[in-house]
Amino acid sequence: MNIFVSIKQIPDTETKIKLNPNNSWIDTTGIKWVLSPFDEIAVEEAIRLKEKNPGSTVTVLSAGPARITEAIRTALAMGADTGIQIELPETADNNLVAKALAATIRREPKFDIVFTGKEAADDGAGQVSQLLAEYLDIPSITVVVSADYSPTSVKCKREIEGGSFEMVEASLPAVIAGQKGMNEPRYASLPNIMKAKKKEIKTLKMADLGISEADQKIRHKNFQLPLPKQAGKRITGDPADQAKELVRLLHQEAKVV
Amino acid sequence: MAKVFVIAEHRAGRLKTSTFELVGAAAGAGNETHVVLLGDGIGELAKELGPYGAKTVHLIQDPALKLYSAEAYSKALSALLKPAGPDIILASHTPTGRDFMPRLAARLGVGLASDCTQIGFNGTELKLRRPVYAGKATAEVEFMGPGPRMATIRPNTVGVPAPDPAKTAEIVNAAANLGTLKSKVLEVVKSSSSRPDVTEVPIVISGGRGLKSAENFKKLEDLADVLGAAVGASRAAVDAGFRPHRDQVGQTGKIVSPTLYIACGISGAIQHLAGMRTSKVIVAINTDAEAPIFQVADYGVVGDLFQVIPNLQEELKKIKEP
Repeated sequence: MNIFVSIKQIPDTETKIKLNPNNSWIDTTGIKWVLSPFDEIAVEEAIRLKEKNPGSTVTVLSAGPARITEAIRTALAMGADTGIQIELPETADNNLVAKALAATIRREPKFDIVFTGKEAADDGAGQVSQLLAEYLDIPSITVVVSADYSPTSVKCKREIEGGSFEMVEASLPAVIAGQKGMNEPRYASLPNIMKAKKKEIKTLKMADLGISEADQKIRHKNFQLPLPKQAGKRITGDPADQAKELVRLLHQEAKVV
Repeated sequence: MAKVFVIAEHRAGRLKTSTFELVGAAAGAGNETHVVLLGDGIGELAKELGPYGAKTVHLIQDPALKLYSAEAYSKALSALLKPAGPDIILASHTPTGRDFMPRLAARLGVGLASDCTQIGFNGTELKLRRPVYAGKATAEVEFMGPGPRMATIRPNTVGVPAPDPAKTAEIVNAAANLGTLKSKVLEVVKSSSSRPDVTEVPIVISGGRGLKSAENFKKLEDLADVLGAAVGASRAAVDAGFRPHRDQVGQTGKIVSPTLYIACGISGAIQHLAGMRTSKVIVAINTDAEAPIFQVADYGVVGDLFQVIPNLQEELKKIKEP
């Protein structure tokens, strides 16, 4: 099988976000960049599918600025075979990214399945997998917690509201967007990290793919940080007094119980 | 004034509250408000939308739409919407809306703003703001190129208006035009848990590493039962195997905004705060007076949760069962 995984490099989720001087983007200085946690699940799923289907290849795709090579190397160290890095501006929107990914996959001789995370844990939009599927004219299944693969189709359990699930069946090729719980992503071993350094990463530009900045459809601007919260009340005393005072405050002052 | 199309959402024979919210917001701002309702045997639901301000309900019924699917929805909707010439298309940012709206946007060749938490109408344009970095910041969305403008709006963003039973909508049947489908929802499997979901109730009680074991979460469940609350967990508690992932609150779990959030034994890592800081009232119970959770707490109890929680349960019972 020709397996593809689309990944994004994002600020570590412990990052304290600051804004740039004109509030047009975040201040990226000093940020620790990591592979988005949901994309680790996608990479893991791709590798497991490859392991079950000898002779398969896993190609990692990522679109963004130069720094994303590092995230691609992380996926290669986990066990993906090759990488393709598409040069896009930091501020590219979901549509431009999806167009770039679709054009890249279409250049390949064959594709059977594409994995992504259910959303990038920074932008949180959760659009790229469905946009990509639409541009490739194939099904998409999002927020997937488990999947059964056959040579021509896939059956997925998709998480919906209230802890319920939809069982979805789709023909292959398809785009599958993984949710936590789908698998437990592996850690790259030291030998595999060394090996990953020698694996090939191809680089593509927008012009190679027949796309341009006109494919960007939305832009974020006027960033704001949430207002800092006012200092709260500290409740002291022994546990019985604390509980009594807390309930009084919640009942009479905050009126929430 | 804009021609606004709201895509209705329903489950188990009932329209979602968030659909009424969007219809009310669009109509309340003086827009020509259309609703598209897709399904099979759901004609009766169409009548509920007029009182919230819908002018026209476009009803698309087909056996293949009995259960929601992204492919069928986006195909049927693009066939209806391309000739209809909407200025604005809205859906709720729910597991359904967030799934099909990108496919519809691609089919219409326009941009989509996801998970907006502020919405305003300005002529045929939308003014939107959305959280980024799980709410560690927010940003305004600017659309580029021609419309229609598309957005998914987080539920509970604008509130549901009071319905006016005197108002009715014109109901128009439309064809589904589905063609061959490559995917299908086979069935919906109900949650096996009897406990409410953290995103769906006004009170959430969450536990962290401070709970020390999966068994100790029983104490939070007992407390939750007194309040009709959901039980959540920090990433540390989920990673330690105390709770399933579905209960995780935070940047890589669920984003919650309840009326009351009680954090027990949670230190307040940045990724956790991102998932709950918009809660109306926050209570923190933690032995460490320096824990970052206290910086966002309205009420802070520095103490041992194993001693505070049983007392809290007794005190709450007194006001719940006087």
